[in-house]
Amino acid sequence: MYPIISLSITGLLTLFLGFADNKKLVFPLSILFLLLALGLSFVDWNAPGYYFNGMLAVNNESIAFWAIVIVTAILVLSLSEGFDRIEFSQPAEYLAIAQFSLVGAIMMVSYNNLIMLFLGIEILSVAMYVLTGADKRNLRGNEAAIKYFLMGAFATGILLFGIAMFYGATGSFNLDSVSDLMQEGSADALFLWIGCTFMLIGMLFKVSAAPFHLWTPDVYEGAPTIFTAFMSTIVKTAGFVALFKILSSAFNGLGEVWAIMFAVVVLLSLVIGNLGALSQSSFKRLMAYSSISHAGFMLLALLGDHNNALSTILFYSLAYTLATISAFGVLLVVSKERTENGRAYEKIDLFRGLIKENGFLTAVLTISMLSLSGIPLTAGFWGKFFVFSNASGSDFFWLIIVAVLMSAVAIYYYFKPIKEAFDRSGELSTIKINSIFKIIFGITTLGTIVLGIFPDLIRSIF
Amino acid sequence: MFLLLLLLIPLVGALLSFVIGRNEASAKSVAIASSLLSLGVFIYAAAQFTSGSTEIFSFAKPWIASAGLNFKFSADGISVLLLALTSVLVPLIVLSAADKGREKSNVFYSLVLFTQFTLVGVFTAGDLFLFYFFFEAALVPVYFLIINWGGENAPKSAFKMFIYTIFGSLLMLAAMVFLYTKGQTADLEALKSTAALMPAKVQMLLFGAFIIAFAIKMPLFPFHTWQPNAYTDSPATATMLLSGLLSKMGVFGLIRIALPMAPLAANEYAMIVTLLAIVGLIYGSVIAIKQDDIKRLIAYSSFAHMGLMAAGVLSGSVEGIQGAVFQMLAHGVNAVGLFYVAKIIFDRTGTRSLSQLGGISQQAPVLSVLFMIILLGSVALPLTNGFVGEFLMLKAVFEFDKLIGVIAGLSIILGAVYMLRLFQNTMFGEVKDSQLIIADVTGLERLVLVIISGIVLIMGVFPNVILKVSEPAAVTLLDYLSSI
Repeated sequence: MYPIISLSITGLLTLFLGFADNKKLVFPLSILFLLLALGLSFVDWNAPGYYFNGMLAVNNESIAFWAIVIVTAILVLSLSEGFDRIEFSQPAEYLAIAQFSLVGAIMMVSYNNLIMLFLGIEILSVAMYVLTGADKRNLRGNEAAIKYFLMGAFATGILLFGIAMFYGATGSFNLDSVSDLMQEGSADALFLWIGCTFMLIGMLFKVSAAPFHLWTPDVYEGAPTIFTAFMSTIVKTAGFVALFKILSSAFNGLGEVWAIMFAVVVLLSLVIGNLGALSQSSFKRLMAYSSISHAGFMLLALLGDHNNALSTILFYSLAYTLATISAFGVLLVVSKERTENGRAYEKIDLFRGLIKENGFLTAVLTISMLSLSGIPLTAGFWGKFFVFSNASGSDFFWLIIVAVLMSAVAIYYYFKPIKEAFDRSGELSTIKINSIFKIIFGITTLGTIVLGIFPDLIRSIF
Repeated sequence: MFLLLLLLIPLVGALLSFVIGRNEASAKSVAIASSLLSLGVFIYAAAQFTSGSTEIFSFAKPWIASAGLNFKFSADGISVLLLALTSVLVPLIVLSAADKGREKSNVFYSLVLFTQFTLVGVFTAGDLFLFYFFFEAALVPVYFLIINWGGENAPKSAFKMFIYTIFGSLLMLAAMVFLYTKGQTADLEALKSTAALMPAKVQMLLFGAFIIAFAIKMPLFPFHTWQPNAYTDSPATATMLLSGLLSKMGVFGLIRIALPMAPLAANEYAMIVTLLAIVGLIYGSVIAIKQDDIKRLIAYSSFAHMGLMAAGVLSGSVEGIQGAVFQMLAHGVNAVGLFYVAKIIFDRTGTRSLSQLGGISQQAPVLSVLFMIILLGSVALPLTNGFVGEFLMLKAVFEFDKLIGVIAGLSIILGAVYMLRLFQNTMFGEVKDSQLIIADVTGLERLVLVIISGIVLIMGVFPNVILKVSEPAAVTLLDYLSSI
């Protein structure tokens, strides 16, 4: 609860800092604000309770997710060195919007009322629409922002419609009382099913699960890399927790309705994500399709046993976040030196010969790709393992087989950047990395490996 | 406790050689020191093991408490023998990697030691997922060894190998997750009771998933197509690791995972696997006869030999398993020796093509003699190490099915044909390039080859020392299988 208040205030403060003469202060202060919010998150640690008349529910799980979301934001935003670049002509605005978006994310992981869910999704989404188009002079960025906005607004509309139906069926927005009603089975079934379906559509859109994924590649490609990283980590994590909360409480008892729907969505996400990624030549589009396939994996975890699903999502999103930050970070560093038609060059063959130029970056990129593809010794492997063991208790063991086969397909495209990086025939210009980048890469890479060997470090929190 | 040391020494060695090995010499000395230390610790512990304290290699600590997974290691006789193979071969492989002017040699040696770490893990894992963890992790360092220091086509071949093996491993992972969910434990011993009670149909599926994973790793016909390319295009060190040690993970997996976890299916599959093994045996041998590239020839011969081991394991007799275990050791040593000779010849002449080689024995008699000994081991001549394993396995296969046994016996003749052709075309005959001066093996090279040929002879003369170690484990496994 406290981080919501503090981030709202500091977000406004950051906006005003933009008027200051010395713009250099904006960035360090914003990081400080985020750290403050992180610290305030833990005020409620071990003190579960409700806020705002039961609108928000706070417990250790949701605090853990707040922390993940805020830390991710710190890591990602730290990669935004050099405010003189085009996309950062207004750093104060973007940093403020990023803080506001976190407010939305925090609401999404701790809502206890469907209205709060809607508010959280809207706050996060509107912020993301703006950030996607942050680079005002980039045509593709603008196109991506418009696409994202139009489709996103439509999806939110459907979500809201679903919530309204749900309210019609149950007479309440409150998750607790709704789930009580469901237990009694006294709700109007038709409204309930339609409402449930519409709400799921709205939320599956946000986590870019197929067949609601069509915006993903374009938006990922068009958005400035740093906000692509922001989008693919924070929005995903928050979206999955929101999904979990609604599935495990309000839709509890509706299993036969959504489980089949979900199985189809998982199947489509896995197949479309992985097969779609195969033929991509742009690294960001590849990551976009990979994010679709990872959405499939995380949804698979939701299909199984609910007792472990939340810690599985926590682990998976952490593993995915660390690897994604590394990948986009390396892309940022390397693509800065290469431009094509005045824009950063972001094809996969950009990495060709990286091993000769910079062994450290090669290692960071390699480990992040290995983690995304789920090779042991990296966190990604345990993410997959927990998903599989979670889902194996459900009626959908065949989906695990599909997921396993698709993981084999995934190796093919995750190894493309690795192969390019180790290809000694390439020539790269000198790459300079500043120390902030080194620290961030150190954290993400080391985190990936430590979690790959001792996954219980995170799981034991709950 | 000793097991922990065996795991930690290569791991620490890998880190050390990465950190302080800025030049070739220091990286290499770290690698040699670490691998010799492992060997020393192993010999000490193995002495205790053979004198009765079989718990010496056991170690267990909670790992992922929330999922009930443990860092559980335990070793029976078969594991101890494979540990022996690892501990002996890694120092030899490190010693043989004496190339001047290698780039990033610190990374090179650290990857070699890291491979050793994963191998020790695979051969002693007592937990389903610990096994999987190391089984798949073993591929990563070798992949990077190949793409970084391999030949022109290396990235392509390495990638093919990676995709093949990962595909198999992932199928195995699905099977393991299924077992784990059914049994609510990942402990290999505890899982046996769950596995034994599975319906036969389910066991067939499980075994199918396991056998594909292990067949790709060995490799077994028709999953072998990655192997000749990978062996040929890899740097010599990676080829030795692959053929000498990593391929044994497949056979070991059959013994440690596939048989105990799907006991009913083992009999059903025995015929199919044996047939595939024999097809691979003949097919690999025939192709080896036609090869011109030395490395390719040895690669196909290696592929042919691996098939028989799978057939031996599934024959359901003590001789078969014993023979397969013995042959794993023998083949590991011989393959490393043969690939090393191939590397020595290539270093001196610049070619691996049989049609351009000849008459080396005139200038390098010592190399020629040592090569002959290793080669005879591979041909399975009595009193060499190849004979014991082949004989036991052929006996088991013959008892399993007479016709198949006879056909398998042909492979010994074919083996002699391609191996002796290899020897004849390289060592004897006319000198093709009279300008070329071929130095005989000296120093380190000679030391490594003498040790390998020494092992070839000692194993051939005193096979009982080894067979005795693995016998209790083989008998226990068969008792368990027949009790289902």
